[in-house]
This record gives sequence, C-alpha cells and structure tokens, in this order.
Amino acid sequence: MKIGVITYPGSLDDRDAQRAIKLAGGTPVPLWHASDDLKNIDAVVLPGGFSYGDYLRCGAIAAQAPATKEVIKKAEKGLPVLGICNGFQVLVEAHLLPGGLIRNEKQHFVCRDQRLRVENKNTRWTGMFEQNEEITIPLKNGEGGYIADEETLKYLEGEDLIAFRYLDVNPNGSMNEIAGLTNSAGNIVGLMPHPEHAVEPGFGPDTPVATRSGIDGLRFFQSVIGQVVG
Amino acid sequence: MPKIIVEIMPKQDLLDPQGKAVANALKRAGNDIETTRIGKRIELHYKNQPTEKDLEKAKELARDFLSNSVIEDVVAVFIEEEN
Repeated sequence: MKIGVITYPGSLDDRDAQRAIKLAGGTPVPLWHASDDLKNIDAVVLPGGFSYGDYLRCGAIAAQAPATKEVIKKAEKGLPVLGICNGFQVLVEAHLLPGGLIRNEKQHFVCRDQRLRVENKNTRWTGMFEQNEEITIPLKNGEGGYIADEETLKYLEGEDLIAFRYLDVNPNGSMNEIAGLTNSAGNIVGLMPHPEHAVEPGFGPDTPVATRSGIDGLRFFQSVIGQVVG
Repeated sequence: MPKIIVEIMPKQDLLDPQGKAVANALKRAGNDIETTRIGKRIELHYKNQPTEKDLEKAKELARDFLSNSVIEDVVAVFIEEEN
C-alpha cells in the first residue's frame, strides 16, 4: 500500500512519518507541496512541523498549496488522510475538519508523553484500536488549543466525530479535551499528538514494562493499511 | 505604491496571549493601561490604483484566506489614498 507524505517548506516530521509507514508494512511515497501529482497513492499523511514558518496562521499557507488542493479533492471522494500536529492545523485551515487551533492556554510550548483515549475506532486510521482504549504517544506543540463555537462542539459530540481526547492533563487548553477529530465518513483524521514518534521499541514513550518501549502510534498506520488491503 | 489595507483582530472573547504579555509589561513600566490586544495589518500592493472591484476581491481574500473566522475578525478593508 502506497501512503504519501507531503513535505512543505518547514515540515519537520515528514521523514519520521515515512519511517512509521515503512515499519507498519506500507510503502511511503514522498510528495512535494508544489506539485499536484499525488502519484497514485492509497492514503496520505500531512506531517508535523512549521510549514511556511507558521506565517499568517499555522497551516494557513500550506492549506493553499497545490498538493493540498489535490488532497482536498480526493479526500472528499474518500482518500484516507491523516493530519498530525501541523498537519491537523492544515486540515482545519483547509476546512476538511471544523474549528481552529490557537496558542496553548498557558502560552508555553508543551512536549510530553501524552495519554489519550480513543473515542472513535470507526475511522480509517483507528480501526486497530479498541473503543475507549487508552494510549500514550508524544505531544509537542505551541498552538494546539482546539476551539470551536458551541454549535460545532455540539455537532462533534453528537455525531461522534471526536476521535481522541486528552487524559490526565489537558496540555493546551483544548475545548472538551479534544486531541483529535474525524469527519463523518471516517477517512479524515487530524490530531495534535504524534503517532509517528511511537512506532519502534527503544524510541517511544516509557511504559510500565520498559523505558521507551511504547509503540501505540504504530496502529494508526497499521489500521489504514489493514483496511485497504483487507 | 497604491494599496489596499486589511486589518484583522483576534476575536474579542478569545484569549490574546500576545496582547496579555504586552499589557503586563506596559503595566510593570508604570503605564496606566489595562489591557492590550494585538492584531494584524496586511498591505496589498497594486501596480495601478485599486478599483471598487479590486476592493471587493480584497474583501473576499480577507475573509477566505487572510483571516480565519473561527479565531479572528476582519475589522477593516479599505483603499489607502496616496499622499
């Protein structure tokens, strides 16, 4: 299965996302922001980082890139899309997911291993989790505070579109502890924490079993691969 | 150069961390200022004097790209007359 990873100027975690795809059994396909050729991919990841230096607003300029415009078209037809951190901000700016992301409540950049609850396992990227499963993956952001108006929050809660919620602490002041969202078709998922940094024993978050042994992020990528192949 | 100016502010009910930090510094320096809010002024430069049509287009751009209505308000879009 071919999974594209778009590199924007200022993307940081594109290589990590490619590596995660490989470890999950997929074939990573590097894509460049300025080209609208998505190379016949079966799914796409918008990676973390600071695309276009976070100029104007985080993700706003990347949302206008030729590669993103093509992703928007294909996502509406069902292409699985995962937006991680800055990628989530791009999805929100591209109106593929509702709401907005603003500077963290306490104004600090936060970097920690974050516990999350999987609130919706019926998406293309969460099928291999149990409903309400608690997982730990790294989180690192300065502008991850999720906001939306009351009506949108009601819609998200009512339609089960909240994919992940923060546990223990709300690191950035997100409304309703929202860490990630999905769309009603379940092909688009965006979240602030980083699954691609928890995919290989020795390099993930600490677990009760051993330090750095956490690989809860791997199943994001295995989910989309498993569902398309099967 | 002929310009259209776009002014954008963070929504009133939203925390503006930049404005808060600046207000704290101003107060610490002994100024009689309660709060500050920081927004953006964007200049669009044109080769020729912008028309009403350019202004309409600029308003559209301000709404759809230069601002995000979830977190910001466009407070003004206007043609700046050259001196």
